[in-house]
This record gives sequence, C-alpha cells and structure tokens, in this order.
Amino acid sequence: MTQVENGQPDRAPGREGRGGRRRRRDDALMVPDAEFTSYYGRPVIKEPAWGVPDVPGYLFLGGLAGASSVLAAGAQVSGYGELARVAKVGALGAISLSAVALVHDLGRPERFVNMLRVFKPSSPMSVGSWLLAAYGPVAGAAAVSDLTGILPAAGTAATLGAGLLGPGIATYTAALICDTAVPGWHEAHREMPYLFAGSASCAAAGLGLLTLPPAAARPARTLATLAAPAELVAKRLLLRRLGDIAEPYETGRPGRLLRAAELLTVGGLAGAVLGRRNRAVSALAGASLLAASALTRFGVFEAGLATARDPKYTIIPQRRRRDRRGMN
Amino acid sequence: MSVSTSRGAPFASGPADGGLDPAARSGYADHPPRVGFFTDTSVCIGCKACEVACKEWNAVPEDGLELTGMSYDNTVGLGASTWRHVAFIEQPVVAAASTPAPAAAEGVRWLMASDVCKHCTESACLDVCPTGALFRTEFGTVVVQDDVCNGCGYCVGACPFGVIARREEDGQAHKCTLCYDRLGAGMEPACAKACPTESIQFGPLDELRERAALRVADLRAGGQAQAQLYLDDPDDGIGGGGAFFLLLDEPEVYGLPPDPVVTTRDLPNIWKHVGLAAAGLAATGIALGLGRRSG
Amino acid sequence: MAEAHPVGFQWVMEAKKRGAKVIHVDPRFTRTSALADLHVPIRAGADIAFVGGLINYVLTTGKFFREYVINYTNAATVLTGDFADTEDLDGVFSGLDREYRLYDMETWRYQGEEVRPAVGQRSPEETRARPTREQLRQIRAAGRGERHGSGGAACHPSPDTDETLQNPCCVFQVLKRHYARYTPEMVAEVTGIPEATFQKVCELITENSGRDRTTAFVYSVGWTHHTIGAQNIRSASILQALLGNIGRPGGGVMALRGHASIQGSTDIPTLFDLLPGYLPMPHVYGNEDLSTYVAAETVQKGFWANTSDYMVSLLKAYWGDAATKDNDFCYGYLPRLTGSHSTFDTVLAQLDGVCTGYLLLGQNPAVGSANARMQRLGLANLDWLVVRDFSLTESATWWRNGPEIETGEMRTEDLKTEVFFLPAAAQTEKDGSFTNTQRLLQWHHTAVEPAGDARSDLWFTYHLGLRIRQKLAAAATEETAERDRPVLDLTWDYPVNGRLEEPDAQAVLAEINGWNSKGEPLSSYTQLKDDGSTTCGCWIYCGVYAGGVNQAARRVPGGQQNWIANEWGWAWPANRRVLYNRASADPAGRPWSERKALVWWDAENNRWTGHDVPDFIADRPPDYTPPDGATGVAAITGMDPFIMQNDGKAWLFAPAGMVDGPLPTHYEPQESPFANLLYGQQHNPVRQIISRPQNLYQPSGNEPGSDVFPYVVTTVRLTEHHTAGGMSRFLPYLAELQPAFFCEVSPELAAERGLEHAGWATIVTARSAIEARVMVTERIRPLRVAGRVVHQVGLPWHWGLNGLTTGDAANELTHLSLDPNVHIQEDKAFACDIRPGRRPRGPALRDLVRDYQQRAGITPQTGTQP
Repeated sequence: MTQVENGQPDRAPGREGRGGRRRRRDDALMVPDAEFTSYYGRPVIKEPAWGVPDVPGYLFLGGLAGASSVLAAGAQVSGYGELARVAKVGALGAISLSAVALVHDLGRPERFVNMLRVFKPSSPMSVGSWLLAAYGPVAGAAAVSDLTGILPAAGTAATLGAGLLGPGIATYTAALICDTAVPGWHEAHREMPYLFAGSASCAAAGLGLLTLPPAAARPARTLATLAAPAELVAKRLLLRRLGDIAEPYETGRPGRLLRAAELLTVGGLAGAVLGRRNRAVSALAGASLLAASALTRFGVFEAGLATARDPKYTIIPQRRRRDRRGMN
Repeated sequence: MSVSTSRGAPFASGPADGGLDPAARSGYADHPPRVGFFTDTSVCIGCKACEVACKEWNAVPEDGLELTGMSYDNTVGLGASTWRHVAFIEQPVVAAASTPAPAAAEGVRWLMASDVCKHCTESACLDVCPTGALFRTEFGTVVVQDDVCNGCGYCVGACPFGVIARREEDGQAHKCTLCYDRLGAGMEPACAKACPTESIQFGPLDELRERAALRVADLRAGGQAQAQLYLDDPDDGIGGGGAFFLLLDEPEVYGLPPDPVVTTRDLPNIWKHVGLAAAGLAATGIALGLGRRSG
Repeated sequence: MAEAHPVGFQWVMEAKKRGAKVIHVDPRFTRTSALADLHVPIRAGADIAFVGGLINYVLTTGKFFREYVINYTNAATVLTGDFADTEDLDGVFSGLDREYRLYDMETWRYQGEEVRPAVGQRSPEETRARPTREQLRQIRAAGRGERHGSGGAACHPSPDTDETLQNPCCVFQVLKRHYARYTPEMVAEVTGIPEATFQKVCELITENSGRDRTTAFVYSVGWTHHTIGAQNIRSASILQALLGNIGRPGGGVMALRGHASIQGSTDIPTLFDLLPGYLPMPHVYGNEDLSTYVAAETVQKGFWANTSDYMVSLLKAYWGDAATKDNDFCYGYLPRLTGSHSTFDTVLAQLDGVCTGYLLLGQNPAVGSANARMQRLGLANLDWLVVRDFSLTESATWWRNGPEIETGEMRTEDLKTEVFFLPAAAQTEKDGSFTNTQRLLQWHHTAVEPAGDARSDLWFTYHLGLRIRQKLAAAATEETAERDRPVLDLTWDYPVNGRLEEPDAQAVLAEINGWNSKGEPLSSYTQLKDDGSTTCGCWIYCGVYAGGVNQAARRVPGGQQNWIANEWGWAWPANRRVLYNRASADPAGRPWSERKALVWWDAENNRWTGHDVPDFIADRPPDYTPPDGATGVAAITGMDPFIMQNDGKAWLFAPAGMVDGPLPTHYEPQESPFANLLYGQQHNPVRQIISRPQNLYQPSGNEPGSDVFPYVVTTVRLTEHHTAGGMSRFLPYLAELQPAFFCEVSPELAAERGLEHAGWATIVTARSAIEARVMVTERIRPLRVAGRVVHQVGLPWHWGLNGLTTGDAANELTHLSLDPNVHIQEDKAFACDIRPGRRPRGPALRDLVRDYQQRAGITPQTGTQP
C-alpha cells in the first residue's frame, strides 16, 4: 500500500485480491499480481437474471435443435432418411422444450408475445425471438410432415428452410450471452459463436448416434468428427483470450462441468469413430456427445455468472485498461 | 414495428454530436434540451434524503431490513427497488509530513456518494431490450415502460454499472426514470429536490458539465489531487452519462467500474463471428448433403 | 449537525463554499466531521475543560477583542472581596451549602450594592430580606437561579468598575485566575484532545474573530444533557463575549434543538417553571401576590423592568374579562411552585402514588427518557394513562410487551393502569407553527385532513377543556364553585372550522400576539401595559400577528430580499434576526467593520438602522447617558447592547442566574472512570440527585468499584431516525436505512473485549443491560486521558421494542442526575461495561445487573455526595 502526499488516504480498505497466474500475450486481461479495491467486495455489475436450468438448458436445447435441422437437411438430401427423421423430430422436440423454458424464465410469462413488438438488431434476444418465431413452425412442419407423410413436398421445403434457419438458431445464443457486461462472456465474444456451433453440432450428431445404428448415422458421425475438434479448439482459444478471467472456467463447479464436458466430447468423438461398426459403442458415444454439449452450456453459463459475482473480474481489467490510457 | 437503439442506425460508429443528443438519434425531431444529474459527492452529507424522496415519489417498495455492517450503508446497491443508493466508505488517513492542510494529524476520511442510473448516452439496457419496453425519452433519459416489460432480464446483465434489475414481487425490470413524470410537469426529480446540500444537481447536461469542470478544478487547486469527474466525457465507453459524478477517489472504491464500455460497441464484431460460425455450420450441412448413402 | 439537522446543515455547506472553516468537536467522527475541515475528538463530558482551555488561551495571549470586552461585557466590573473562586476552595465557590446542596449567591455580587441601594426602591435591609435555608432550597429546586433573595434586583445597574482591568477583584482578573489552570497540557490530559489539534483550534478561532471576522459556535444536546449542561453553554458565551462574537453577523452561540419546535416549547412553555415569554412561574415563596411577584422578578434596568406589563397582559389573555385590577388580574389563579416539578419529579410522584394520572402527548418516555425502566415503573403505578401518538409507542404498550414483562417483574394481568391510546394528527394534517433555533416562527398549513380518529393536539386540548368546563359547571356546589373558577373563568372560545370542528390555530396565534382595548392587534411588546388594557399571550411573540397578518406565514424567497431575509417567517422579538445586535456597532454606533456591518446609528435621522431590525431602543443615540434616578428602559445607556441584563453588559461572570456557579468549572460527569484532574471536587456539588433504588449510581474516579464500568458511553443520533423512534421506526423507508440498533466501538476496544463487527454486544450499567449489534469503526478513536487510554462507546438512542425495526433502548442504561438549573438529564456522558454476545433473557437479565452492582460495591449512597 502506498502512502500518498497531502494527507490523501491510502487505497480504500475494500477487498483486495491477487490475479494472474500464467504469463501470456500482453493484453489488458493479463494481470500479473494485481491489487485492486472494491466496495466491500460487492459485485460491480449484476448477475444476469436468467434462471438455471431454464436458460442454460435453452442454450443446449436451442443448439441441439438448430444443428439438428442442419443435419436433417443434409441427411435428407444425401439419402439418410432415418437420420433425417430423427433429427427433425429431435429439433421439434428440442425447440418445443426451449419455448417452454424461455417463457417460463420470463418474469411476466403471460407477456411473452411482447417479444414481437419490435425488431431490434441491437438486441440478440430480439433477433433470436424473430428467428424462433420463424424457425419453430418450419421445424414443426418438417417433423410433422415426415412423421405423418402429409404434404411431403412442403415437408422437404420446410426441412430445407429449417436447415437454413438452423445455423442462426444454433449460434445467435452466443451473441445473446456475449452481448452483456459479464466479463467471462463478453470478452469471449469472438470465440463463443464457434464454440456454440461446435457444441450444437456435437449434440445433434450425438442424438443421431444414440438413436440409430452406426451405418444409418454416418452423416452424424461425420458431423461429429468435424465439430468436436473445432469445438475443442474454439474452447482453447476462448480460454486463452480470457486470460485471468478464465479462472472460473477452470476452477470450482463450472471448471468441473467443463472438464467433464471435454472428456465426454473427446470420448464421444473417439467412440463415434472407433465404434462405427458397433451399435453399443456408437450409442454410448452419442450419449456422451449429448451430455458433453449440455455440460458445456451449463459450465459456460455458471462460469459467466461467477465472473459477474466477483468484482475483481470487472475491476482489474478495466483498471489496467484505464491506467494504460494514462488517465489519472 | 419500431427500431430503437442508442445510436439510431444500428451499429453506427458512435455519437457524432458530442454525446449530447441521444434523443435526436432516437427520432425526436423537436425536443427539450438533454437533462441529467451532476452528483458532486464532495458535498454529500450521507443523509439519504435522496433515497427516501425517490421511494416516496415513485412508490418504490422497501427492500431489505438487514444490518449490513457496511458502514452506514444498509441499502447495499442499486436495484429494482432502490434507485438512489448512498455509498459510505471509511478510509484511514495518514498525513504526510508536508501536508499544509489544517486537518488533524491522523484520522479518518469518510466518503459518501449517492449513486443512480447513469442514463447512458450509449445505453446497453436500452440496446438489448427485446420488447422495446426500455426507450429513450425526449429528455435524453432512459425509461422502462411498466406495461410492456415482460421480465426477460436481458437488461440486467447488460448494464455495465449493475443498475437495473428485476423486482421479485412483479417479475419486471425497474430503474430510475429520472422522474419522467416530474420532468413533464416542469419539475426537477425528487432526489434533486430533496438533497439539502446540492450534491445532486439537475439541469441541462451541458451546463452541468461546465459547472462540474470548474468544481473539480477548484478541488484540485485546493489540494484534493484525487478529485475526478466520472462519466462526464462524451468520448468514454458509454458516450458520457446523463448522470455523471464528481468523485474523491477511484471509481472502484465506490463500487463503480473504472472503465465501463457499453457492450453494444462490440456487437458488430459479435454478429460478424456469429455469422461466420453460422455460415460454417451451414456449409457443413451442405457438405453433409453432398455425400451419398452407399447401400 | 449533519446527522441531526441535515437540512439546516446546507447553510454550513454554503458557508464552506464561501470560505468558512468548519471545526467539529465530538467524541465520534460523524457525517458532520466528514465535511468539516477539522475534527476534534473529545472525551464525552469534558467540554468545559476544552472551552476553558480556549478561554485561557485567549486571555493569556491577549487575543480578546479589547474594545468590545471593555465596553460591552462586565469584564471591568469589580466584585466584592468576599468572593472565593474554585482556585481558593479546590473546586467550589464561596457560599456553598453542602447539606442543602445549594449556593448562596451573596458573595458573588458586584461591589457597591451594599452601599448603594436599588435606585428609588426599598432600603437595603428590606432588599436583603432572606429566605430560610429550606425556602431557598425550594426556590433553587424550582430553578430560580436569577433570584438570590425574595425581593430586589439581582445586581446593581451601575456597579463599580475598573476599565484598566487590573483590579484583582474585577471580573477580568477573576476570570483569568479561574481559568489559569486550563492549560493546553491540562486540556489534553483531561479531554484527550491532542495538543496540536487543540492548538489548531485556538489559532483558527482567534484568527477568525475581531473587527473583520466572526466565529459562530453551534451546539446541541451533546452540550446540554449533562449535570453541567447549562454551564457548558455559559462557557461558550464567555468565550464568544471575549472574542466579540455576540450580537454580530456570523457569530453567536446557536442552539440546535432536539426537534422542530423545542424552542417553541420553551417560548410558550410546556415547562413547569416558566410562563410564556420566560416569565417565571410564581413560587410559593416570594411571589404571594402580583405586586410581590413583580417586585421580585423585575430588574432595575432593561426590558425586564417592564415585567408587570408582560405579566398583566398574559393574565388578561388567560382570563379575559374575569381578570381585573381588583382581583390582581386573577394572578391568584396561577399555580404555585413548591420545588421542582420536572418530568422526573413527576415520575417520582408516580412511584410514590401521589401522581395517579398522566397524559403523554407525543412523548415516549419508555424509550426517550433517562432511566427508561424507572419511567415504566412509574407508569405501572398510575390509575390512568393517556397516550396520544401516531403509532403504538412503547409508552402505550409497556404493559404487555415492555422489558419488565419479559423479566417477569411485571405481569400484565396484575397491572392496574388503565391505558388509553388516542391517534394524533401529524404536522401535515394541521395548522400551526414551528419555532426553530433561530427564534424563527414558521407557519405550516394543513395539507390533508387527518384520517379516522386522529386529531391535532389543539383539537384535543380545546375539546377536552370544553368538556371539563361543562362537567365542572354542571357539578358545581358551593364548595367547588370557588375552587373551579380558575378553569371556568378561562377564555376558552376559539372559533372552530369544518367537519372536525378544528379550532382555528390562527385565532390562537392572534391571542398570543395580543390586542389592545379596542381589539386591534398589537405590533410590539413596547405597547403592552399593566393596567389591563392590553392582552398578550406571550410578550416576546408580540408582533407576530401585527396588522392582523400572520407574519409567521410569510414566504418571500431569499432571492428577493437582502441577506438577512427578514421577510421569511417572523423571529422574536420584533423580528430581530440577531439578538443584541447593538454589539455589531462600536460604542460610537459605527459598524466594527464594513464587512461585518449589521446595524448602525443613523445620526441624520436619529435612529438605529441596518440590515436587521435593531435590537435596541430605536431612537437612543450611542452617547446617551441616563439621568440620575432613571429606571427601566430609560436607564439603558447608548452603549448597553445587552438590554435584558440589569447592567446592560454581557456577563463574563454571572453574579446571579446560575445556581451552580458564576463561572463554568470542569466537573466530572456523575459517572466517570476518571477523578477530576483539576480539583478535589469531583462532581457538580449542587447537581440534582434522585436517590431511589431504581436509580443507583456507579462509583467514579478513584472510588472502589469504578473499574467495573471502565468505558465512557455517550448517546448519539443518526440521521435516519428521529428521537425516541416513534416517527421513524414504524416507517419502512426509514427503518430500512438503519434497520438495527448498534453500538459504535473502536477496533482497539473490539479487540480488548472480543467484539465482532456486525456481531452482538451487551452493554451494562447499574440500571440495566441491553444488547446491540456491533459496528467496529475507526471513527471512534481511543483517547489518552490522565495518562491512560480510554475507550468510548456510542449508542444511538432511537430504538425500542415496537415498529419495523426494533431493539433495546439506550435509555435503559442511563441514570437520573440532573442539571440543577434546568433539570435536564445527563445522558451524554456516563460509564458502562461492554461484553460480546447477546444479553440474558427473562429474570436472568436482572441477575446480571445485580451481579454488576455487587461487584462494583454499589449502595444507595454511591455517587450521591455533593
């Protein structure tokens, strides 16, 4: 603590903390041995009001739905009809559960329709609400047509339509959480969409692998082999970008969730590849990938909340940035 | 269908008008001058008249009867049912030998400051609100419409200052309205009216900024080297605040972020990466479709 | 001031903005200290040592305002050679009667009185008619310090003087000698104020006083709630008189009050010993009829010479047409004092079964009065009790949830008191006035009608009076007719308005203002006569309804008038904003400086003029000397700013008026961990003691057992709550700001006693034990006193057991030992022990207290010595 001339006080006796462990690229987020003050250790920003399991559950289910629609379109076009059906039904199921979760999470659920009062590109939730409003019926039509055999041509069009909207559904949620003041999400905004796309794809692939014999689920397996490594790389890059803010991603409960997710992703990928002739192993791999995707979303969500709760994640990087600019 | 963002056209590159006219950018053709608060914490006596006046006028419910032990602050922070919050920070003072001030050789400094919604020029809560419940008024302030908000809670995590929150009792988001109803009647906000020492000053924002610049210069000339204005600068991370402050120490001492930046500044980049990721996923889907089933 | 008067404090901030320096003297560093330039930490109860030290500094360095002191104070007045100071008698003055606990003020008089009788009046022998010791005790008990005999002037208007200030018996030299031992070192030892800090205060106030600059002292209950409270104020007035700060803009000694209209409650008194306008309530000795009263209370010179005008006009206001010259204007209807009848004496009377009925109007003694337990024990002995308040205060519910119910000392079903609760209207629901610290009357208007059964105090009193008069008239017999005349002959006929039949408060104000025989409103107290032709409910308020206009309701904004702003409200007397403002001009009538001009003599127009209403005879020139034999107002010279004093001077030395000494002297509080370092006399020898089993005192200083209560404790206020909490603990918006009763202790005390921040502590005195949450803070600093460290504990006194935020009342701990001049309790400095954890419940609480009493060796005699 330094003494300041003119009877000015020492640094306020707020909570003091130490940050910084690894030496990395020079970046405002790298804080070797930082001291900081806070107001009685209180958070600076507010934790998002979003509830668990509603919102992380939705991240998982929404991702599963969007990527499943993509998988369904691809599978349909390439002749994997059973996979296409599984994916379509999975998408419908997941997006229906998503809607329930989202409406339930509202403080005034009966006013959910106010989501469509305006269209605001500056609000990922507004964009997402419109996407969902378009995607839901289309995904539903695709699944219903497939299950009932009614209007097959319309069903195919709906499948392709859902396949076009699907990527948006699967990735806009990254914008949703990153377009906040939560340091653990906002600072990861460049990597999160890829992580979410990868995780969603793994989930969709996993659903296929779980429910179908390996031969019938080949596109799912392909998807997994592309998406899983991409997801793992995205996650690595994300954590590196975060620097010291990555701490909650690697420690505590979120850390455990994410480590388990990683293991399950790797295991699922291995199982999918190695078990391409073994129904049981393939199914297990599929379950692993599904579980991994869910755990990833819950882990990311909780890690973010933790960075909102502890003031050091907000104060230290901002203090560094401000000092560096030469203010005061 | 309406579009309402902090910066008019989405993802515009920032205020071009000195950060003084968000109302114009929100589409008001003919509007009164932008008004706001200058809170001079150097004359705050910690009486909390602002907290009480605000709650009385706006019928905000009581929100907690627990002793916190945080000096005289039992209000803790801004929230759905606290729109003015007085912070108290006790600091030990050790005078350097060269101090010219007549203060006691040793003792305590007690900082007191009334916090409030900043009514940001670039307002994250306003930007992310999906229902349009949050809107920019003709005075340049940011207000929640209670009959529209469906409690999605997005604004809560978006605010860089931790101001707005959802109220348990009704599930909706609430925050300071800068007494929009009083402004409409030509009156000043309740807190400014109640403040006995003119710590909370209300008026046209440009006048307040001029006054504040003189005041902080005065304090520094008098030996208060740490006196600083906070959120007065239109070039800062929120385009300057409709409510800005004179602090006697660093912002984080008061629980304020040292260098807040509105999340919307990064939104173009965010959408770009979302777009790329989505495109990648779509491409993968197409690639999957190109394969053919064998057998 | 920022804690208790945040709105008023804006003016201190305004002054700061214009360059004023603010010094805050307080055991704690409060929100006031946070905005002050200098905080002076002081041991609670050591204020006279502090101010005495300032006086000593001013005298020894010669930094007093010489011309002011010589001309406007009694510095040059010579005392009789019989006077013996505390320097001679190890802490007491001559004339002390220890057994009867009073001072005979004979030896304090000015020289020359025994050879020169009161001009144009009786012979010296008659003037010197003495009451017996017992009579004198009863007179003193009623607080009649201004009279040392049963007739004649308190002091001579033209005493012997020495303008060179060298005569060893002149006030100046006596003063110098009295305060010689209050050196900076002694100040540090006794008060704990570091020498450098004290030195700083000395320099600041002397640099800022004189012709061009003035310094103001502002005090409140922290100075008055002591057994030496009145002397605390005296010490500041002496200092200010030496510095030439009285009667000058930006100067003075200003009392902040405990609530919005306490000034009003002494002006139109709710006090037993005063009539409106500070006329003394008649005493059974020496005030037998109107003429003896007037003779006893009138002084030779100055405006108190017109006492009979004020008194007769008051009697006419009370009894109207029934009051005539033949019946002494119904003077005989007035009750007579036989001693002290203060609220505390009333409690004793309740305990003794003498007082069987009680009305509490907006008062909550179960929490707000010292020795709260004793208050409740008194209530339990009543036949009936009426409580009027906004909410069910502890004084209304003690019988079912008070601490004595919890300890088992009382059982609800055994109590005989019949308790009535009547809801009261708030100040926004009625017309009326507040009189604030500046003697300023401000009218407030009804904003909304009270809800339900709530009624104003005016409604209650007036309608109660109507019904009592009806019943008395109906039940009249031969015997009772005479007895009841004082009530039946009262003028009791205010107009009532509206559905609620609310008496017209402005009609009451008009009666207070008064009118002449033609019914025309008066405009000045100089119009009052003692022939029954004028009516006036309070002579100092005469003028508030001048011209039939409610002057107290004036609201001309500050921006539309000069800086004195005398068109906002109305100040008594005569709308003078600064009392004694003649002293703002030099003996020749010119302002001491342009910068500090307030009033001055306009020779061209032969009048005093200025920014303020001159507090002087309008056309009396500065060089006026009264002819021989002049009395009353005519005897005031052109250079006597202090027009209420018999000699026209500010009294550095008070030959009369203070029952416990002509000069403020440091005594230790009733309970103190310290022996008096200045004298052998430990306590104020004539303080009022109340010797009761419920009011045991602790040993002090070097007495054995004093170490059982080693910490100094003081009661304090918080901005968020109001007095005894009846107006704040029940409101959610205030309760949530300070939701729990807490004590403030230093980190060092917390370490010493194992107290945890935000945990619980139990605080114990010989009266009771309470629990509080702990606030460990550096804002209370341990002090070095008498060579050792002493800790102080701060206790907000706002809490009680009812409301949204509840807690034990600090007044469970306080004792009853009173200032003998004004019968005020000493709750600002006493001693306690503090220990971690919550207090015992049930009978175990009394066991704990008894254990402490035994360990300290407390008996009914402890602490009662004079």
